Amino acid sequence: MIIRNLHKAYGKNPVLKGVDLELKPGCITAVLGPNGSGKTTLIKCLLGMVFGQEGEIVADGKEVNRSWLYRQDIGYLPQIARFTENLKVKELVGMIGDIRNQAADPAALISLFGLEPFMNKPLRHLSGGTRQKVNILITFMFNTKYFVLDEPTVGLDPLALIRFKELLVKEKEKGKAILMTTHMVHLVEELADEVIFILEGKVYFRGDVKALKEKHNGGNLEEAIANILFLEQHA
Amino acid sequence: MLKVLKYSFYDLVRSRWLYAYLLFFLLVTTGLVYFSHDLSRTMISLMNILIVLCPLIGTLFGALYFYNSREFIDLLLALPLPRRSIFLGKYLGLAFSLSLSLFVGISFPMILFGVLTSGLLMNLLTLLSTGIFLTFIFTALSFLVALKSENPIRGFGAAIFIWLFLSVIYDGILLLVLLYFESYPLDKFALIASLFNPVDLSRILIMLQLDISALMGYTGAVFRKFLGTGTGMVVAYGALIVWVVVPVLLFLRIARRKDF
Repeated sequence: MIIRNLHKAYGKNPVLKGVDLELKPGCITAVLGPNGSGKTTLIKCLLGMVFGQEGEIVADGKEVNRSWLYRQDIGYLPQIARFTENLKVKELVGMIGDIRNQAADPAALISLFGLEPFMNKPLRHLSGGTRQKVNILITFMFNTKYFVLDEPTVGLDPLALIRFKELLVKEKEKGKAILMTTHMVHLVEELADEVIFILEGKVYFRGDVKALKEKHNGGNLEEAIANILFLEQHA
Repeated sequence: MLKVLKYSFYDLVRSRWLYAYLLFFLLVTTGLVYFSHDLSRTMISLMNILIVLCPLIGTLFGALYFYNSREFIDLLLALPLPRRSIFLGKYLGLAFSLSLSLFVGISFPMILFGVLTSGLLMNLLTLLSTGIFLTFIFTALSFLVALKSENPIRGFGAAIFIWLFLSVIYDGILLLVLLYFESYPLDKFALIASLFNPVDLSRILIMLQLDISALMGYTGAVFRKFLGTGTGMVVAYGALIVWVVVPVLLFLRIARRKDF
């Protein structure tokens, strides 16, 4: 999937001003940027939930242009895991599988994240972290080519976080293209093959973690990022 | 679309409100027949209830349900489904379940009290169909309003205003106009004006079917005079269909372009 020169403004308030992005098989791309820099908007454009004013989104060589079939190839993990509150987890899993009409393999993920005791509970009784695990479950139980993850690690406990990282590496090795936004620096450092830093609606930096560190001559990534944000605030 | 409809329906069938609605109609219909011992008079009372209640419940429930479903809609939007299916599925899911409550709640006691052998079946069917039309119309209108305004309080306000306008204010204005321009021929004006109000149309439709001149009112009388009972009913039904189709199409059109 490719995004070319994407522009998006909400009313008169421009959010994205010409963003390019490519999702490559077997590659984890991390999108970084301060709060409100348009990361979520970018992802929603990719999914056709938000429409840009300019630029194009191409999936498998064809421009998306408000079609919907290409979403079969995308697993999307939304930022805020709020679902239909009355449904039980098991029912939600069944429902998503039924609506997607694609083969699902939830069993392995359920045991990976220890979700067995929650399967018969309604979603409204789950804690934030458990919801996020359910969110991960319903995203990764399908064998899609692309995974688009918006803040996937929010609320996860350390064990779940380790499991999640293992999961990402496994999917990457299977040749999946993964895009994620995150504020977790060590996650980026460990996993990302490519980093895209969005600032004021434009791609401020593109490259791997090493290049980002070198550019800001800080020894660690956290400082490099903080440095960018600081300069931005006082510019 | 059928899958979205199916899950919306499942979701709604668990809701207590829907059962309260069903129970209300069961009790009211049973009560009315029991105390009046007259199916025909029961139907007139029911008409008066339906004409106020169906639009009101359609409006309130529609806005409430739409705002409550926002998260579910967001979830569906990221799945490989066309937007039309999502929104049409949601709309039909609610409109069907409300209509089902209405249908069962009225027809069940009516059948028990022998409407099938009374020769009043057509009257009952007219009553039910207008109730269902009103449900579909006002659910569509409130969905439209709820989609347009992100702020639930504003959305509710606007939806209730539409209900109030079409149920009460519109008639008031029409009456004032008719009084004020008394000396002019206003038949055609009244005829057309009634087409623009689904509540009025429903009342006329039921009146034409029940054939009660005393309750028909000015617009109803004009309807019968100009179009006759048969054509009048066809025109009224046609106008009600337009009243469903136009808001639904508008709703789907806005949904197609909206950012979520």
